[in-house]
This record gives sequence, C-alpha cells and structure tokens, in this order.
Amino acid sequence: MAKIVTDVVCPFCGTLCDDLEVALSDDGEEILEVYNACTIGATKFLHSQAKDRVTRPQMKQEDGSWKEVTYDEAVEYTANLLVDAKKPLMYGWSSTSCTAQGTGSEIGEIVGACMDNTATVCHGSTLIAVQDVGVPSATLGEIANRADRVVFWGCNPAHAHPRHMSRYSIFPRGFFTGKGSKSRKMFVVDPRNTDTAKMADVHLQLEQGHDYELLSAIRVALRGEALPDFVAGIPKEQIYETAETLRSGRFTVIFFGMGVTHSLGKNHNIDIAIAVTRDLNDYTKAAIVPMRGHYNVTGSGQVWGWQFGFPFCLDLTRGFARYNPGDSSSNDLLIRDEVDAVFVLGSDPGAHFPVGSVKKIAQLPSVCIDPHITPTSAVSKLHVPVAFVGVEVGGCAYRMDNVPIETRKVVEPPEGMLTDEEFLQKVLTRVRELKGAA
Amino acid sequence: MAAIQINLISGRTIQQGVSMENGKEKLAYRDACGILELDDAEFKRLGCFKNTNVRVSSEFGSVVVKAIGATQGPHPGLGWIPMGPWANAVVNPNTYSTGMPTFKGTPVTVDVAEDEVVLDAIALITEECL
Ligand code: SF4
Repeated sequence: MAKIVTDVVCPFCGTLCDDLEVALSDDGEEILEVYNACTIGATKFLHSQAKDRVTRPQMKQEDGSWKEVTYDEAVEYTANLLVDAKKPLMYGWSSTSCTAQGTGSEIGEIVGACMDNTATVCHGSTLIAVQDVGVPSATLGEIANRADRVVFWGCNPAHAHPRHMSRYSIFPRGFFTGKGSKSRKMFVVDPRNTDTAKMADVHLQLEQGHDYELLSAIRVALRGEALPDFVAGIPKEQIYETAETLRSGRFTVIFFGMGVTHSLGKNHNIDIAIAVTRDLNDYTKAAIVPMRGHYNVTGSGQVWGWQFGFPFCLDLTRGFARYNPGDSSSNDLLIRDEVDAVFVLGSDPGAHFPVGSVKKIAQLPSVCIDPHITPTSAVSKLHVPVAFVGVEVGGCAYRMDNVPIETRKVVEPPEGMLTDEEFLQKVLTRVRELKGAA
Repeated sequence: MAAIQINLISGRTIQQGVSMENGKEKLAYRDACGILELDDAEFKRLGCFKNTNVRVSSEFGSVVVKAIGATQGPHPGLGWIPMGPWANAVVNPNTYSTGMPTFKGTPVTVDVAEDEVVLDAIALITEECL
C-alpha cells in the first residue's frame, strides 16, 4: 500500500495549489504519483526523482569540462566571489522559501550587492505601478466566492496557471457564485486566440501592444463619452458593451499578465488598468490581481518589502537600500557592464533574459544555485545543486494574492545534498569571516 | 521563397512548462520552445510548408527555429515563440527605464532555413555566449 501525503502545496506557479496528494513508496523514499496537480506541477514533483539528477557541486574547468567539488569548496568560491566583487549582482530568489530569501538579503547587505528577483522580467512593471498609484485588490478565496465578472487581460491561465480557473476564478461554486462558471461572465483580452480566450464569453482580440488605448477607451465608455469607431482594433460597440457588463456585475475582477507588463507602455498600462478598476468601484465592487509566475516571487517582494522597503531592483552598494528600476535592475546593470560578479539562486536568467544579458553573465565570475541543469548553470563557473523547496524541504511561500502558505516536505533530498537555506547559511558565515564581521 | 516581416511575441505554453521541469538540457524542451507559431496566411507568404526550419532575425539577434502552424490562432501578423532561449535570442532587451525588457512586440524577419538545425537550449546558449 502506497503511503499518501495529503495537503501538499505545489511549488511551481503563483497559484500555489494546496490540495495536492502525493503517493509514496512503502519506505517513503520515492514519489510514485501526484494527484490533483496540473501536468506542470506533477512533472516538477516527479522530475525531482530523476536518475540523472546532479547531486554535487561542479566547477567549470579551463577546457570547458566540469569537475565535481565539495559543498565546502563551493561555499568558499561563492563567498570569495561575493566579497571580492565591487558590485555583485545577486539575482533570482523566486523559487525558494522566504527564510532563504531573508538569509540571502543578509549576505547582500554585507557584501553590498545589487539584488533583484524575477519580477524584473515578469511583474516588475506592476510593482512600479502599484507603488505609484496603489491597488484595489482581493484574495483568491474572496474571488471564488463573489466574482461574477472575470477578466483575463494579457494572460493565458489555461497554459501558465492551469488550475487557476478551476480552483478560484471561473469554475468553483462559491457562496455567492453557486452556479460556478454559469454565475460568471468571462472576458479575455489577448491579441491571440488563446485556449483561455476560446473558453471566454467575450474575447477582445486587440492589436498587440495597444492595451493602454483599449483600457483608456473602457474608461471613456464608463463615463458615457464618445469613442472613435475602432480602438486597438476593437469596434466601439463591443467596448461600450464590455464596460456596461463589467459595471453591472456585483463583483468584477481583472487578472492581468505578461501581455500587459511586457508590451510597450509597461507600468503605464497597469496604471490605467488600476484606474479602470477604481472607476468600476464607483458602480460595483472591483479588484485587480496580477497573475504572478514563480511560486514565491510574491514572497521575495514581501521579504524585501519588510527588510528594505522595496520589492525588487535593490541596490545595497552604499550600505543602505536604493531603488531605481532602469538603473538598479538586472538587465540594465548587465547590459551596461556595471556588475563584476553574478550569483543566481532560484531562477534561470540564462533561459529567460535577453541573450545580450546572458553573454555578460558568461563573461563574469558566476555561481548558479539550482536543482536543475539550466542554460544559467551552463554559462556559470560554478553550479551548486540543492534540494527542491516544497518537495524535499518545506518553507513559506506567498501566493499571487499575497497570502502566505507553508509548503511541505514530501521526501528526503538525495543523500548529502544541501538545501538553499543551508547553503546560504554557510556562505553567510564565511562572508562574515572574510569581512572580519564574525 | 520570400522573407516575411512579422511582429513577434512570446510567453508561456503548457508544453514549455512541462518540458522545462523535465530538464532544459533535454530535446523535449527544444521541441516545445524552439518553434515559431505562424498562421496559414503567413506560411503562404513565406512559401513553405509547415514544420520547416526558419531563421528569425531582429536587430537584436537571430535564431533558427521550426515554423509550425498556430496552435492558439489565428493571430494575423503575429509570430509566437514560447518563452525560452530561442525567443530571447531575438527579443528587444531595452527596458526604457523600467527594468523590464520589451519581450513582446519585436519586429522580426523570417526566412526559410531548411538546411539549418534547431539547437538544443544548452548548445544554443553555449554557442551564443561562450
Ligand atoms: S496550477 Fe500552478 S500551483 Fe497549481 S498545480 Fe499547476 S503548477 Fe502547481
């Protein structure tokens, strides 16, 4: 009889599903099956068991080959790299626990690092907009129970957050949404006819990059003013109708994603999406929620918020926190050749940064702390594999609506393998020694 | 066979997520993300069949991917490469003082490159960076 672990939290996306069940072998060592998770979440658990997994740190040799080193040697290299650098970049922090993020910040403070998380390539623009104008928001539980108008703007949960619609936003029967999806009107705004759009009551297939204009047009329509015949490729009748439907609901929620944050306009697109939400609050209850990607990118912003007052793009080089996206942001720092060492934990800039930035990482002293082999580990000088947070060690993570959830340990990591937190603690101790601050 | 100009966007697909978690060094990751989704009309303009390798070039770089029919279309005038090193070889890195590269809306040229291969993630990043 397999042993079933219940109430397991999925450490992949910001939906942070907390109802997974994992079947283990009799000895509790092997994951056999993952129930309730979407295919991405299940794959994450099962892949942690891969036979070809790297379990010891590896250092790149002159000839490009890899040589296994001990964790102590890896700690020594990492600590020296950070201490010797004038301006190291410590990037990532989104696939690890809040405790590890906190320890990382201590290191960053001592060595005077620039610290950035993956918001810099996903919802960074959102964070800027929220700091500029505030945000009327809600929890996913509230949305499951109340929302009868649901907008997905520039996001595709069918692919990026596969259980979001079934757990929170469209299908669940809530206290005031007893008929599930029949209680709700679903809108999708996307230049592609995505699998999410195919399920919607209304799909506004706008011209790519014209989000600001369309949001602005909805504000005009809400005020009952005149619109041109088409805005962003959408006929005015459809815009008036959309505004009317959103206004006439009992609870409207706008979920938005990379379509808004990555297109030109960036934080201004979100400013105006928030303005639309505010306008709707003149008539009904409305909220807006970013579809956060990594399972704990939200937590990283929270931790740095408590510690430094800013959620990403921290520059600690002067011994206190400065914040200036466009200046203290990873891609700008790399492209302008302003950092002299790179430390990556809990993210993969090698795959997800524009290639010009990755070229810079490849030229610098660098360490990549990640359970997987990734394009980042391939261009780094040192790769330190660690245990999977949420699978092999527990720890706190923040869901996309800023609700903290404690993830669970399901199995033991491979023998002798460190967790992020353990590795960071060792680096912190060594950094203190090297700095004479022990 | 003509070169065509399109507007390129990128983002997640479920195959991208699954293959990424299965190991980015594996060929399944390349097969999920080293692709360009195009509408039928674009294939006509390009003058080639579906599943042909093409070169996608922008002012920021160029990369070989396999052109396939749009799975979430039609989306006239748009090309789609799932997020990953292939898309990132050509996207606009400018952040315009926001910290955020302009991942969506890169003007690109596509032309047929039947004899060229689509590299796996590690080979691609190694070739570009080392
Ligand atoms: S939707 Fe996200 S959190 Fe939920 S199971 Fe899938 S990957 Fe995991």
